[in-house]
Amino acid sequence: MLNTHAKLVENIFEKDIKKAPTRDGFGTGTAEAGKKDANVLVLCADLSESTRAEWFQKEFPDRFIEMGIAEQNMAATAAGLALAGKVPFMASYAAFSPGRNYEQIRTTIALNETNVKVCGMHAGVSVGPDGATHQMLEDMGLMRMLPNMIVLNPGDAEEARKAVVAAAEYEGPVYIRFGRSEVPVFTTADTPFSIGKSLTLWEPEGTPKIAIFGTGSMSYNALAAARALHADGIEVVVIHNPSVKPLDEAALVAAAKLAGRVITVEEHQTAGGFGSAVAELLAKKAPVPIEFIGIQDEFGQSGSPDELIEHYGLAPAHIAEVARRLIA
Amino acid sequence: MALTDKDVALLEDKAEQIRETIVTMLVEAKSGHTAGPLDMADIFAAFYFHILKHDPKNPDWEERDRLILSNGHIVPVRYAAMAHAGYFPIEECMTLRKFGSRLQGHPERLRLPGMETTSGPLGEGLSQGAGMAWALRADKKPNRVYVLMGDGEQDEGNVWEAVMWMGKQKLHNLTAVIDRNNIQIDGMTEDVMPLESLRAKYEAFNWHVIEVDGHNIRAFVDAVEEAKAIYEKPTVIIAHTIAGKGVPEIEGDYRWHGNPPGKGPTDKIPADKQAEVFLKDIRSMKGKLPHEYA
Repeated sequence: MLNTHAKLVENIFEKDIKKAPTRDGFGTGTAEAGKKDANVLVLCADLSESTRAEWFQKEFPDRFIEMGIAEQNMAATAAGLALAGKVPFMASYAAFSPGRNYEQIRTTIALNETNVKVCGMHAGVSVGPDGATHQMLEDMGLMRMLPNMIVLNPGDAEEARKAVVAAAEYEGPVYIRFGRSEVPVFTTADTPFSIGKSLTLWEPEGTPKIAIFGTGSMSYNALAAARALHADGIEVVVIHNPSVKPLDEAALVAAAKLAGRVITVEEHQTAGGFGSAVAELLAKKAPVPIEFIGIQDEFGQSGSPDELIEHYGLAPAHIAEVARRLIA
Repeated sequence: MALTDKDVALLEDKAEQIRETIVTMLVEAKSGHTAGPLDMADIFAAFYFHILKHDPKNPDWEERDRLILSNGHIVPVRYAAMAHAGYFPIEECMTLRKFGSRLQGHPERLRLPGMETTSGPLGEGLSQGAGMAWALRADKKPNRVYVLMGDGEQDEGNVWEAVMWMGKQKLHNLTAVIDRNNIQIDGMTEDVMPLESLRAKYEAFNWHVIEVDGHNIRAFVDAVEEAKAIYEKPTVIIAHTIAGKGVPEIEGDYRWHGNPPGKGPTDKIPADKQAEVFLKDIRSMKGKLPHEYA
């Protein structure tokens, strides 16, 4: 059943649930953080509409910096701004930032421990028709390998807003991942969020047979799968992880020990991403069988977001199928 | 303010002391770069003993000017200049590149106060300086930002992204300096990747360009003063230098880019004599006096 402490939206399983892209949370979050702190800046590389940077620009035109199509300069300039006391959020598509400017992020932001917030938009196959070049599937892996770097992957636009505000208040480098397509807004303003914390979405009746750990908007698909499994008498727990680094270790280890089986779900390569992070944790503290749902060592392609989510095995029906197989 | 002849003589003397420390620390480290640090000694003497507003006892002073060393591999010259200026004891220079040292092979902000930033991977210093300059100007602060780059470094695309953006932003509170010593690791810059006309390139990106003899301290200080008077554009000073300046046997020889004395080419000086010859050359005022007087 739904975890009431999570304060999720009431029509969570209805067709009329509000949908919005998580990138909207970048626009609302930076505008909110900008009101609280006059040092908050937004840098953008010629993508101000699609990244929602223009929502901040409308509120604070003097604190919006257009960098042109130059992601390497954007990263290192952001580091310099941070060293002079600013709190820069730099926005582009994840394929280019951190895809193209990884070394600048590594040296001038991570090693240098500068207070820069790297915001990667259009992550995952749900970018849709733009195709594989623009569907970033390796960003969480790249960023979580960097010492000093926090990695956040919010589940919906409301949580993305909270992630942005939390990143502004946190002193140090942060990576935040955002998606392009509309996904259900399942959390509310009252849903708790903090860096390093997970959120239990679905609780089992009795002992769960499987613990499903999701991140980003895939947690909603995991939740839908849990509901279908419950109808079949299969009890699972679903834990959403907006904080990929650090993970909420205590919660994940406890759930893995209780269930004895784990499924991870992410819109990212299973190698190096969220599933790998979970596996690294559980191999040490609660070794149990794990199934990794995500992109399996291949690139994306053009199509509608729904077609691609279905094709790459990220839809609720596929998650439920993997769960049934795991306990068969 | 204009330099007196006595000021110039004192700065030249500081430059020679810095060169001597560079050679000593490189010999001790048994690794590191020689040519670039030696050719930038005059400019570092000018910065740390005349140009910069700074306080060695308070490296985080809010009112300080910011000096960014983008081509971090020549950091021995910065360490030597900082030690002579009083940031830390000169003896600490002998820990260069050793385990546990604050003097890392490439500069790290979090290890040594006064470094301003972490650098070494080429092409990123100008961007970082640009970010600082933008923030300082937005906050209406008078601090100036100086970014030192290598000439080989100009091969990096990141440099030109920054140059283009700074021309747009008219960041006049930043002055860039290019060490135009004509060498890089694989050879002469014009063979590896031609840079000329470097002046025309920067001018095309809406920069003010000054070219000087990088070993003429008076001319260099004048150029820095001129840059302060330019309000419409950022300024780049192309400082023409002689790689390995101060040691005539290696001057202009690209093979000395990345070797310390004792491990460089042996066709002119045997390896076991390199340290001694280098120090004698430097102590004899750039080879102008016979070694017996050094």
